Amino acid sequence: MTEFTPFASLFGGALIGLSAVLLMAFNGRIAGMTGIVAGIIPPLETGWMWRAAFLAGAILAPALLVGAFGDTVGFDSPTPVAWLIAGGIIVGIGVQFGSGCTSGHGICGIARLSPRSIVATLTFMASTAATVFVIRHVLGGL
Amino acid sequence: MRKIAFPALFGLLFGTGIAISGMANPAKVLNFFDFAGTWDPSLAFVMAGALAVTAIGYRLVFRRKAPLFEDRFHLPASNRIDANLLGGSALFGIGWGITGFCPGGSIPALGLGEPDALIFVAAMMLGILLARTLRRAAATRVTA
Repeated sequence: MTEFTPFASLFGGALIGLSAVLLMAFNGRIAGMTGIVAGIIPPLETGWMWRAAFLAGAILAPALLVGAFGDTVGFDSPTPVAWLIAGGIIVGIGVQFGSGCTSGHGICGIARLSPRSIVATLTFMASTAATVFVIRHVLGGL
Repeated sequence: MRKIAFPALFGLLFGTGIAISGMANPAKVLNFFDFAGTWDPSLAFVMAGALAVTAIGYRLVFRRKAPLFEDRFHLPASNRIDANLLGGSALFGIGWGITGFCPGGSIPALGLGEPDALIFVAAMMLGILLARTLRRAAATRVTA
């Protein structure tokens, strides 16, 4: 069980949105984590520096939150390591072929009503729900 | 300099939002998708908050001809809904459903110092590299 957190989640979501709006307003870029991570994997191309800076900020933020307010950021990863590695590779291949993930397609793409992003988001949401159902209710866990 | 310093601030905002919203927590994400079991609807509120702010904010931003630091907005050019988009997205969902980590949730989770986040991100980067190599090889074969 995890606790239902409507207010924290809504507020956190709004901050994610604000980040996306500001990155577009100042740098003219989509705040898609797939493209940003891919951009710092060699061979490096121009624009890797702002991407590395964005990633550094994103990694630093939870550390600062924990430093300032104590153990307030919940984390529980129930997946065995072998499946974590397999799942990570699958996510990487998927988002590279699909040209985006929850942030790029799900937030930035849908916000500008991109048909590609709407289709992509519906597809991965359905696929994730189906996978969780099979793992938890057909296989009985990993 | 500001072209790099500002994105660091926006990343800080992004990571704070992910951490507060619960998106850095794989158990919470998996529970959102477990309608038949321990359902936690929180993720819907993350999407609602993010989409409301981004949709309204983009509308204001796109009234300008260009962003403040660049001469144009860098927006995806493709409109094609093809096998790569559908297959890639379906595959991403399988990996997300196995692990509870998506790219945007896993990167801030690194800041929590959790080994599982590090293992996931390393595997994900390997996957991105593999797929990129495959796609480039395929593109070269077509044009050659």
